[in-house]
Amino acid sequence: MEMSQREHRIYNPAMECISRDELHKIQGERLVATVKREYENVPMYRARMDAAGIKPEDIHGVEDLKYLPFMEKTDLRDYYPFDLFASPKSEIVRIQGSSGTTGKPIVSGYTRNDIEIWSEMMARTLTAAGATKDDVVQVTYGLGLFTGGFGAYQGADRIGAMVIPMSSGNTNRQIMMMKDLGTTLLCCTPSYATYLGETIREMGIDPNKDLKLKAGCFGAEPWTEEMRKRIEELLGIDACDIYGLTEISGPGVAFECLEKHGMHINEDHVIAEIINPATGEQLPYGKPGELVFTTITKTGMPMLRYRTHDICTLTDEKCGCGRTLARMGRITGRTDDMLVIRGVNVFPSQIESVLVRADGVAPHYMLIVDRINSSDTLEVQVEMTEDMFGDTISHIENVRKYIIDQIKSVVGIASKVTLVAPKSIPRSEGKAKRVIDNRNLH
Amino acid sequence: MFIKQISVFLENKRGALREMTELLGKSGVDLLALSVADTQNFGIIRIIVSSVATEPALKLLRDNGYTAKVNHVICAEVPDRPLGLCELLSLIEQANLSVEYMYSFLRASRGSEGAHMILRLSDGEKAMQVFQMHEVNLFSQEDVDAL
Ligand SMILES: [Zn+2]
Repeated sequence: MEMSQREHRIYNPAMECISRDELHKIQGERLVATVKREYENVPMYRARMDAAGIKPEDIHGVEDLKYLPFMEKTDLRDYYPFDLFASPKSEIVRIQGSSGTTGKPIVSGYTRNDIEIWSEMMARTLTAAGATKDDVVQVTYGLGLFTGGFGAYQGADRIGAMVIPMSSGNTNRQIMMMKDLGTTLLCCTPSYATYLGETIREMGIDPNKDLKLKAGCFGAEPWTEEMRKRIEELLGIDACDIYGLTEISGPGVAFECLEKHGMHINEDHVIAEIINPATGEQLPYGKPGELVFTTITKTGMPMLRYRTHDICTLTDEKCGCGRTLARMGRITGRTDDMLVIRGVNVFPSQIESVLVRADGVAPHYMLIVDRINSSDTLEVQVEMTEDMFGDTISHIENVRKYIIDQIKSVVGIASKVTLVAPKSIPRSEGKAKRVIDNRNLH
Repeated sequence: MFIKQISVFLENKRGALREMTELLGKSGVDLLALSVADTQNFGIIRIIVSSVATEPALKLLRDNGYTAKVNHVICAEVPDRPLGLCELLSLIEQANLSVEYMYSFLRASRGSEGAHMILRLSDGEKAMQVFQMHEVNLFSQEDVDAL
């Protein structure tokens, strides 16, 4: 791999490069204060703690997090609109929201403090993508209830960059402003970035000559490495992934630096855990599972152990940028995708990660789960590519065996790998169907 | 003196081999040699066509969704008499080489009495030297094209 000697900008080095020990100490103190606030001000959570036999005094630090009850998205619906607020309504200066699962939106209340924290997190995010006060930041997220627009605006404003709050739509006008005002940093969804890039190319504009774009922070929807490559080529920029959710604050909960190797979590404001979605037990770094967030500085509507239902892994390995903040990998699925095979939790994304890492193997696969003689079986269908193909049986058998071994070591179960013809596994836009479960478990 | 071979991955599915040969046949590709290696799960088809037809056949296969590659193999003449093949195999064995696979041409060449075996050996370069040293009659790509 080519070593990149990139210049890494860091907005708040004191926090972003803090020692892990120091960080855990601060997290512990902030967690204790947050639990106390929540217990005293939110009857629903107090009842939940009481039911679990936990008192605020039982929580001494991060290591006690695991004793706290979870919160769920349904709580935001059931206690809509104000019953999760931990500050008086008069202290709330902003409402943001997003679509819920039923007709009503979910809303979150922010105190002045919460807006400041969120702005700081987004300032770090944009700085990590290279932004300074000399930059021109074009925000194509709508400035509305949805957190994308305000989040990006506040972060860029905090840095002192020149913000163009375009909101969404009118692509021709977006491109005209981008050209005329010399936009250097773009904030939008990855799919809109692709569309912008394609339109720019169709118009005969060469981004490397005619535009000043250098980077983009893209989020609010899942995307892939292939999409990153495409956006970077189309727009001639660095494309960074960002993660956030209204329940926790908004975009900027986690952000990629220019190493583009996982998103740094703003751990002085949120604690991230990975749990086994079936049992709720904490899992160590490196293991895939459900991402759970606890806010430790928010005062308007703190969230304790909020289950995102997103599947990813965490790592606290030091990053090339110098930050010590732990990183989360790409969201590779939802807990609804989880399969239990012979008692082992299996995420299709784990299989995908094995295939992506194996040389020459296409990331297209199909999992076929069955129950034969009351024992679960897992068949992994993988497409034969030219890189994998050799003219001897032993060569192909070795490739097959390698994949089986890797799946065994990553997922922990034996599988049968079947090599199938190229392009025989159905492709679909968006969420591909990756699993056929023939077990009739329902 | 190596000759070109195309190998194709086939799923173990009813009609798969017929479909492939139909595709090649309808495009006028003449098969000079063919072998089928199969396991429970998949098969590898190895074919030899004339050198001018090799690239077009490869493209045709790939365009139609097949995984296919060109490799280089040796074609050696084996005298058409008892022990003819055995003598060739002894040479290979004595040189500490092993046969990864072997099959034969579908037709004999003009003016030749022997069978023509296509061989993939553990070390092709070394095998070539051994064969030339022992004056084994080898088929060149031109010989193949003349078939
Ligand atoms: Zn980094």
